[in-house]
Amino acid sequence: MALKHQPLTVKLAVIALAMFGFGFALVPLYDVFCDLTGLNGKTAVTAATAEAAQIDTSREVVIEFIARPNKQMPWVFKPEVTRMTVHPGEIHIMNYLAQNPTSRMIVGQAVPSVSPGQAALYFHKIECFCFTQQQLAGGKDMLMPLQFYVDPALPSQFSTITLSYTLYDVTSAWTGDSAEPSQPGE
Amino acid sequence: MTKTRSLRWSLPTLLLAATANATDMPLNMTKGVTEISQQVYDLHMTIFWICCAIGAVVFGIMFWSIVRHRKARGVQPAQFHESTKVEILWTAIPVIILIIMAIPATKTLIAMEDTTEADVTVLVTGSQWKWHYKYLEHDVEFYSLLATPKEQIINKFAKGENYLLEVDRPLVIPTGKKVRFLMTSDDVIHSWWVPAFAVKKDANPGFINEAWTRVDEPGTYRGQCAELCGKDHGYMPVVVIAKTPADFESWVNGEAERIAKAKAEEQELLAMNMSLEELMSVGERTYTAYCAACHQPNGEGLPGIFPALKGSAMALNDMPGHIDIVLNGKAGTAMQAYAKQLSLKEIAAVITYERNAWGNSTGELVQAADVHAVLQGKGE
Amino acid sequence: MSAVVTDHEHDHEHHDHKPSGIKRWFYTTNHKDIGTMYLVFALVMFFIGGAMAMVIRAELFQPGMQFVEPNFFNQMTTVHGLIMVFGAVMPAFTGLANWMIPMMIGAPDMALPRMNNWSFWILPFAFLILLISLFMPGGGPSFGWTFYAPLSTTYSGDSTALFVFSVHIMGISSIMGAINVIVTIFNLRAPGMTWMKMPLFVWTWLITAFLLIMVMPVLAGAVTMVLTDKYFGTSFFDAAGGGDPVLFQHIFWFFGHPEVYIMILPAFGIVSSIVPTFARKPLFGYASMVYATSSIALLSFLVWAHHMFTTGMPVAGALFFMYCTMLIAVPTGVKVFNWVATMWRGAMTFEVPMMFALAFIVLFTIGGFSGLMLAITPADFQYHDTYFVVAHFHYVLVTGAVFSIIAAAYYWLPKWTGHMYDEKLGQWHFWCSLISVNLLFFPMHFVGLAGMPRRIPDYALQFADFNAFISIGGFLFGASQLIFVWLLVKCARGGEKATAQVWEGAEGLEWEVPSPAPYHTFETPPVIK
Repeated sequence: MALKHQPLTVKLAVIALAMFGFGFALVPLYDVFCDLTGLNGKTAVTAATAEAAQIDTSREVVIEFIARPNKQMPWVFKPEVTRMTVHPGEIHIMNYLAQNPTSRMIVGQAVPSVSPGQAALYFHKIECFCFTQQQLAGGKDMLMPLQFYVDPALPSQFSTITLSYTLYDVTSAWTGDSAEPSQPGE
Repeated sequence: MTKTRSLRWSLPTLLLAATANATDMPLNMTKGVTEISQQVYDLHMTIFWICCAIGAVVFGIMFWSIVRHRKARGVQPAQFHESTKVEILWTAIPVIILIIMAIPATKTLIAMEDTTEADVTVLVTGSQWKWHYKYLEHDVEFYSLLATPKEQIINKFAKGENYLLEVDRPLVIPTGKKVRFLMTSDDVIHSWWVPAFAVKKDANPGFINEAWTRVDEPGTYRGQCAELCGKDHGYMPVVVIAKTPADFESWVNGEAERIAKAKAEEQELLAMNMSLEELMSVGERTYTAYCAACHQPNGEGLPGIFPALKGSAMALNDMPGHIDIVLNGKAGTAMQAYAKQLSLKEIAAVITYERNAWGNSTGELVQAADVHAVLQGKGE
Repeated sequence: MSAVVTDHEHDHEHHDHKPSGIKRWFYTTNHKDIGTMYLVFALVMFFIGGAMAMVIRAELFQPGMQFVEPNFFNQMTTVHGLIMVFGAVMPAFTGLANWMIPMMIGAPDMALPRMNNWSFWILPFAFLILLISLFMPGGGPSFGWTFYAPLSTTYSGDSTALFVFSVHIMGISSIMGAINVIVTIFNLRAPGMTWMKMPLFVWTWLITAFLLIMVMPVLAGAVTMVLTDKYFGTSFFDAAGGGDPVLFQHIFWFFGHPEVYIMILPAFGIVSSIVPTFARKPLFGYASMVYATSSIALLSFLVWAHHMFTTGMPVAGALFFMYCTMLIAVPTGVKVFNWVATMWRGAMTFEVPMMFALAFIVLFTIGGFSGLMLAITPADFQYHDTYFVVAHFHYVLVTGAVFSIIAAAYYWLPKWTGHMYDEKLGQWHFWCSLISVNLLFFPMHFVGLAGMPRRIPDYALQFADFNAFISIGGFLFGASQLIFVWLLVKCARGGEKATAQVWEGAEGLEWEVPSPAPYHTFETPPVIK
């Protein structure tokens, strides 16, 4: 009797196991989906190469910069300017000021988010402090650069792109293998 | 919405209103004060009436059948059990109704999501359990906390008119302008909701979301956090005051001035020493507003979630550590960095309070200068 | 459909050997024993979860904090939801499946009886763990039954580990139960019981079982990720480590939306059995019922993000999920129309099972209407996370799923116990439940539209009168269920002897065995003509 049921039982158990795996597969699938659609407004986590893109001088796009230390993060963290008008294709550098007012070394990780989400697909970073963890000794400050350009293919309904960075204290999870502070301050 | 109109809304409403003993609660969704909220209300009513119509037909036939086709009346049951024609018909008709419904819904949704060309942008940050507002075009930012006294909540005092829907510092926006909200969060997911604007958007930690509104009528509009965000989820209201552009201008300038002045005062404070009495009274007020939600009014915390301060090693013996944790928070826990939220005076006072209340009798005073020293990295 | 039951089937009672005492229940592999245990367990859980609802309603009776702390209030809403979904509704349906499916398809037992024993007996431990967690320092889970990250990860107490473990066990139990149902239906149908002759209860359960196998593992994945995020340093849902809290909601609702159909499809099957019996007329549109159930199940995988319209998604995404959600109304409508057409020109009588089934049709449809309203994305921004949603899902789950379970209990009780239940007491139970449940949940629509968020322990003064009213409805509904328990005890102990057919208009294999159903039925398969 039991043998008669074995093949089907095994098949169903395999489906259940596969769906357990599928639950985890949703994680990378979600990332791929977000990369394609800009669902969550995340920008690429690796550097874009500076392509010799055509600069579209006929168009202007306003970039808003928001920088926020998370509430457990004691650093002062702000952009040099809060908004900038750019032409698509132009490469710009934007500096963020970070200052560690405590007496201990703290490692920060900036997490980018772009709104509207779909615009994230057209916002390219050539270099960004958010690619690595940033380390800053107590009482020190530094400038952290972001080099970017807006893709000329940006659909016309986007006239403003808001780029927000949330800075987290990741000292406890710090592995020590990330880059040195990119530019010590004065 | 006027009462009479809402009562005419439907028969069950009328019955309920009669039994529920005359309340001033509106019985229907608010029409709100913006073009979008009006559109949302219209959508709501359209779909509501469609449902009523379908319900009347289906339940009508059903009750007719219950009355007429009962065995007690001696009827013989028919034996039909299918009819392709009828079945196709009642699949097709709902599809058509739904398509008719989808068109206005789509239009409104597209309008709601169009955040371009805003006049004012406010960064709204949810935080356990308060809202932070920052005007991107102005040098103004502040926290907005529940203003209802604890005594009203625990039924010691009579409850005020705006019980649980009042804050110490409301968000102020100009009328007739497109105001864009950027939502984010410092900890868990919150949701910023003002029914009168038909704006409800989640504030996700690490990500930003956008919403917008354009309010034409000056007035005070109240809402609440809509996403479960922990213990005091029920205690983080949203209050928005819409002012004419001129009033808004003068408010925002006054606010910028106030913030600048407070900063200047900080510097003066460094040279001053406050008395224990003064520190304790400012400290208690600050503690109740910012700390008591987690550490509890009696300083005993909630075992397993929020540590006790009463009798804690840090509050009794480790003053530099105590100042540091209040200023800079503790990563990976709910303990926030208050350096950016509170003034030096408030921090000094609250630490003094914590070190001298509930039997923590260290007798030690913490002054603004001590806090400043730690803040400058010279604490130890 | 009709069946010929071979004669010697009836002689089986004399070798109904079963171990006596407690051992019988621990070691049993008999589908009827296991079905009974599932049903009793579900009833116990229904009362425990209900007691928590009473705590919630007591606190909300008046504005201000009276009885519990906000933190405990959140634990009550969380555990109430978990217990009712995983402890009451789902095990009750599994119990019904255990009892009825083998009898309906002419099988001697479930296909995998030992696994059946296991899938029941791990369940009490799962809920014991969940309930014990309430007594930990800091209390039990307090992040809502949806356990959104990061509230359930970085910001939760240590009872989260117990919660995760408990959900894992519930999931394993459900999956084993579902595998058993599928194998039984595939392999053990009596000769002549073709697919399109199966009773609808069997059909709906078959589809439900597939949904269970597809989505319960995804839930297991979600709780596992919560566990590793909280204790093992992963960052699936933590923005600081490169994760995304909204991802959690996608995974959860990928499970969660099919889950709500898991809780309603068997109810459709029950109502489709009861209505023809008491209308004395065959079910209208049997084939379209099967197709409608299947399309609801398929569509349920495409609509999960309608729970997340406010999380911020591209317009195209919101539109897609809105259209798919509206589309589900079509097959659901077909079902309701079919039931009404079944009643049309029948010869109806109104015994308690029929009364509950009729109440189901009306009240579930009301829940469906509010569901349709919730699908309209712009309006959902106003409804989302308010009492309007609470009203909606209690209409589909209490007056939907729970009413169907109660209807099923009355319908098959004579078959289980061999006695007719007390009809008068049953009518009392029905009318008390019907009135109180509407006092309880109908005003929630208005409270929600007026702007009261859900999951709050205290509220603004304008909501006070309605909440007092709702609480009274809640207490009455709770008390009404005591009538049910009394009736069940009475019926188990004795009463008028039930015939094999029990109901005049009943058709199907389960009505061809004597009442009470002997311990072993259909050891020789019946032949279906």
